[in-house]
Amino acid sequence: MNALREALVVLRRVCVTFAGGTGFIIVLAVLAFALFAPWIAPQDPDRLDVLHRFAGPSAEHWLGSDQLGRDLFSRIVFGASVAMAVALTAIAIALSTGTLLGVLAAFLPPRSERLILILFDVILSFPNLVLALAIVAVFGPSTTIVVAVAAITLAPNFGRVARAQTLTLRNAPFLEAERILGASGWRIVVHHVLPNILGPLIVLASMDIPIVITIEAGLSFLGLGVRPPLASWGVLIQDGYQFLSDSWIPVVVSSLTLAIATLGFTLFGESLRDAVDPRIGRER
Amino acid sequence: MTKEAARYFVSRLVTTVLVVFGAMLLLFSLTTIVPGDPATALLGPQATPEYARRFIEDMGLDQPTYIRLAKFFGNVVTGDLGIDVISGRSVSAMVWSVLPSTLILTFSAIGLAVLLGVPLGIFAATHRGSVVDHVLAFTSVAFIAVPSFVVAIFLLLIFSIWLDWLPVLGAGREGDFWDQARRSILPIVSLSLAWIGFIARLVRTSMLEVLGENYIRTSRAYGLSERLVTYKYALKNACIPTIAVLGVGVGRLLGPAVLVEIVFARPGIGRLVYDAVTSRNYPVVQGAVLVVVIVFVVINLIVDLSYSAIDPRIRRGTTSQSQAK
Repeated sequence: MNALREALVVLRRVCVTFAGGTGFIIVLAVLAFALFAPWIAPQDPDRLDVLHRFAGPSAEHWLGSDQLGRDLFSRIVFGASVAMAVALTAIAIALSTGTLLGVLAAFLPPRSERLILILFDVILSFPNLVLALAIVAVFGPSTTIVVAVAAITLAPNFGRVARAQTLTLRNAPFLEAERILGASGWRIVVHHVLPNILGPLIVLASMDIPIVITIEAGLSFLGLGVRPPLASWGVLIQDGYQFLSDSWIPVVVSSLTLAIATLGFTLFGESLRDAVDPRIGRER
Repeated sequence: MTKEAARYFVSRLVTTVLVVFGAMLLLFSLTTIVPGDPATALLGPQATPEYARRFIEDMGLDQPTYIRLAKFFGNVVTGDLGIDVISGRSVSAMVWSVLPSTLILTFSAIGLAVLLGVPLGIFAATHRGSVVDHVLAFTSVAFIAVPSFVVAIFLLLIFSIWLDWLPVLGAGREGDFWDQARRSILPIVSLSLAWIGFIARLVRTSMLEVLGENYIRTSRAYGLSERLVTYKYALKNACIPTIAVLGVGVGRLLGPAVLVEIVFARPGIGRLVYDAVTSRNYPVVQGAVLVVVIVFVVINLIVDLSYSAIDPRIRRGTTSQSQAK
């Protein structure tokens, strides 16, 4: 209950600023599209209507139709669920593994700690899309690989923050007291360390959402991520770009959707960071 | 060089070498954990049995893992990145022929970002709270948030197709500098936009921080002109975080550069990797990606070392930035 009230206070602080408010509205819209896609979309996103390909915007097709006559607006709505499913799964995995490794690094002897840090450095030495290409080259393109790639490239960031936060806590008097009372290492981590380092990690997670959306869209645009006919925004942009000479509407509409969504999540994430603690994540 | 500086130098060097070895190990292990028969996985299902057998022999895939690993490390150290399975050309030669094009693209993008971002950041900091400051703050976020390949598509649509000001695709004719330069404008702009916003914001923040310092107040109290205080005394210190970020910047741009090269159909390392991935040519992917990693890590090393030469606090680890690293 208390946590909920605190969250509402933070949310209000985010929404009073212009940037935060705009971001929040966009985030809500994308989430609504993602959750209620079958009810919001006016048509079946996969229904072909080859006679009316590249139709302009009309009452029937709000944003026109694509190269196979599929309704573009419906495909964009369903694209939101692909983007959100990929982003939230990848971030959940990155957050948990990264935090686990980061907290572990803080409590382990220096030699093992250094090993974990070098693992983080190795992953971060690949530009994320380049690592993605190397992995796709071996396993072939699929939605699962997109999620895995995004999770792997983002986990080190969570790990570093978790480690730094844990280090500041490690010798805190209340943990010392717990230890003297005989609490197990596990209990200390779960009940005392995690709740105290979670704030910055959640802010980082919200700031990573646009990054995952971009990775997914970029890979799908290259034809190396989410596979057609699944309506990912990257797939829509790729379709539109290939048929640019027939109509400019599909590529413009789908790229604008992606741009607005990433902008919205960035604005929201940054306002959230400023509302919680202005010092986190400034270097990125 | 002092003892402290030497120790910092050596420890950064060792970390860099370890990271490159780690990256090599990662790229190598990808080939070993691939599900199923490596030849089918790497060549695709179309490969004929004889071709697959020859491939396995050529690549030494029938040998134990540790021998292959040792061979891979040995070859890389001598500059041999392996052989392209399809054309039989040397991967190092292929990478070397396209690397300059990508590096020119990313360095120009960073250069443009500095050229525009730094003045914008200074202006925003010296006009804090003004309308322009607010507009700049919002556009900076927009520039940072929108993916480079989306920017590339829009620039291509507007300037090449609708307005017909600039040529659309390709790198331009060999040896024709103006043609090549004209065809580089849009790719460079689409890559740099995010970093213009990023650098403008960074410079604004650190300028505001520095302008609040005591020595700035003192220089003002001495009656030095505002221009002198801003550009000579404040800017010098405000630039330090920006320099640190530039090294990371070149590396971070190598990812989006892949997409931008493909949108504009330019030859480059991104195009090379992409073509290799789609034709399932793993040795080329491995070699090219390794070179990207080495470029990234080495640029970071150079920037870190020069940065610590400018600001001795870094190598003592007394600033928050170095601790976060």
